[in-house]
Amino acid sequence: MTALEQTRSEFGTEATDDDVVAIPLRRPWRWIGAALVLLLAAAFLYSVLTNPNIDFAAIGQFLFDQRILEGVGLTLLITLISMVVSTVLAVVVAAMRLSSNPVLSTVAWFYVWAFRGTPLLVQIVLWGYLGRLYEKLSLGIPFTDVVFWHIDTNQLISAFVAGLLALTLNQAAYSSEIVRAGMLSVDEGQREAAYSLGMSPLYTFRRVLLPQAMRVIIPPMGNETISMLKNTSLLSVIAVLEIYTQATVISSQNLKQVELLIVASLWYLLMTSVLSIPQYYLERRYGRGTSRALPPTPLQRMRRAFASRRHGVAPAPETKAVSVI
Amino acid sequence: MSITLPVDPSTTTSHRSLVEIRRVRKSFGAHQVLRDVSLAVPAGTVTVLLGPSGSGKSTLLRCINHLETIDGGRIIVDGELIGYRQSGHNAHEMTPRQIARQRRGIGMVFQRFNLFPHMTALENIIEAPIGIAGLPRAQARTRAKQLLDRVGLADFAAHYPAQLSGGQQQRVAIARALAMDPKLMLFDEPTSALDPELVGDVLDVMRELAKEGMTMIVVTHEIGFARGVADQVVFMDGGVVVESGRPEHVFDDPQRQRTRNFLESVR
Repeated sequence: MTALEQTRSEFGTEATDDDVVAIPLRRPWRWIGAALVLLLAAAFLYSVLTNPNIDFAAIGQFLFDQRILEGVGLTLLITLISMVVSTVLAVVVAAMRLSSNPVLSTVAWFYVWAFRGTPLLVQIVLWGYLGRLYEKLSLGIPFTDVVFWHIDTNQLISAFVAGLLALTLNQAAYSSEIVRAGMLSVDEGQREAAYSLGMSPLYTFRRVLLPQAMRVIIPPMGNETISMLKNTSLLSVIAVLEIYTQATVISSQNLKQVELLIVASLWYLLMTSVLSIPQYYLERRYGRGTSRALPPTPLQRMRRAFASRRHGVAPAPETKAVSVI
Repeated sequence: MSITLPVDPSTTTSHRSLVEIRRVRKSFGAHQVLRDVSLAVPAGTVTVLLGPSGSGKSTLLRCINHLETIDGGRIIVDGELIGYRQSGHNAHEMTPRQIARQRRGIGMVFQRFNLFPHMTALENIIEAPIGIAGLPRAQARTRAKQLLDRVGLADFAAHYPAQLSGGQQQRVAIARALAMDPKLMLFDEPTSALDPELVGDVLDVMRELAKEGMTMIVVTHEIGFARGVADQVVFMDGGVVVESGRPEHVFDDPQRQRTRNFLESVR
């Protein structure tokens, strides 16, 4: 009898005393903990829903009020413009920061230092007061009296423009650091491989480096977009009529402050939820080639969850064995 | 930036090599990596660069497609001065765009493969032919599939680099370089990062390439490959060429003590 056959007969198919069924540890505290939390949640919900001081009819009435909807539109517009412009600016600042030119990289460092080191609220108010600092803005040759064009500052820089400027310039400082981190995450060998194939620096940046940097850039930029959407509410201090300002304007007339804050919050929640969808799909797109199988989309995950309910525990995800020749 | 060229009477030599390296100098800061290195590689031959780490062999290879600038001397590939425009005794560095044009004719394979991780094997191969050489997509794909077949990876066109073994990645990298129809191929320690059992496949592809008459310059420690394939073996140490010649001469009858010591250590 060989050693292998012996092992087989010892641990083989016939049932012996060794053949026991393994039962997982029971965890009663999990059930108790869950019950406790559910009870507290139910109590809180009950106290809110039966609170006579909350006028639920008003919430329903103002949720789709014309002014609120205009505020939502303006919030989205400000978020969109400042994110797009700040991202372009961020790429420029990051490129300056990574440049071997010491003047460019120092200026970029200084920009980030200044805009990241002061509160956004202070910056917004400062831009609002720009008209006090420079009464007229003009376009001409610096350090000479030659002026091609000039305009009254308060006429050009409305509250809306001041708010946009504040949010954009502040965001560009943060985003440039994200872009820089993304560029630094790409291996130097990628640039060399691209160059050795005859690609120009610009082509290399566009087709080889940027797509790889995007994988690192997109998740934090999604975060920044959501932050930006909420930070637009700070523009209420310079009376930009975004949703929070509209809500406070309405509540100052009807004194239903809590109801209108709930209305604004519901809209913020809806908008931030919607914003996380494109982020997920962008991450999937730029994640190509990094994990061996792409993560499932929410739809696929839902289908799988339903399937597992019917057929028991979901099987382990398929792993693709690397075939070696 | 400009460099001073050596006055070299052999400039108008009639014997034309595909690659001519003349008195190339290169320093990183105070450290001189290449000291007046000269070398000629006739078309259709294989040259193996050999030497301890820090001997300057990889740097020399990287100078040939101007991934490194040089401080003096000249590198001529197919009659063209690489990376510089000569005027009198000075050579002025070319613009990135002009250098990129020169690099199209010179393929390079790296120790760490450097495949583009966000592209499939096929996309890696067709990127430069379509984007740089302007080949129609259908034509580039057909050619890429032929190349994948040639390196034994016909079934792996849709695989991402992360799904391939090191040896497979390196063979895709070779196919990628070949897709630009180079007249010269540079290999920078192509098997050093591979598991021992995967080295053979890569060397087979290189042998095949040499047999088809490709001009190749290979930095490697694979003595067996050098002995079987090389027309010329160049032993470098301390930034100079210590000894060069036919593989049987350098390996079996080395003239210099340093060569002997090195060969003993790698054997």
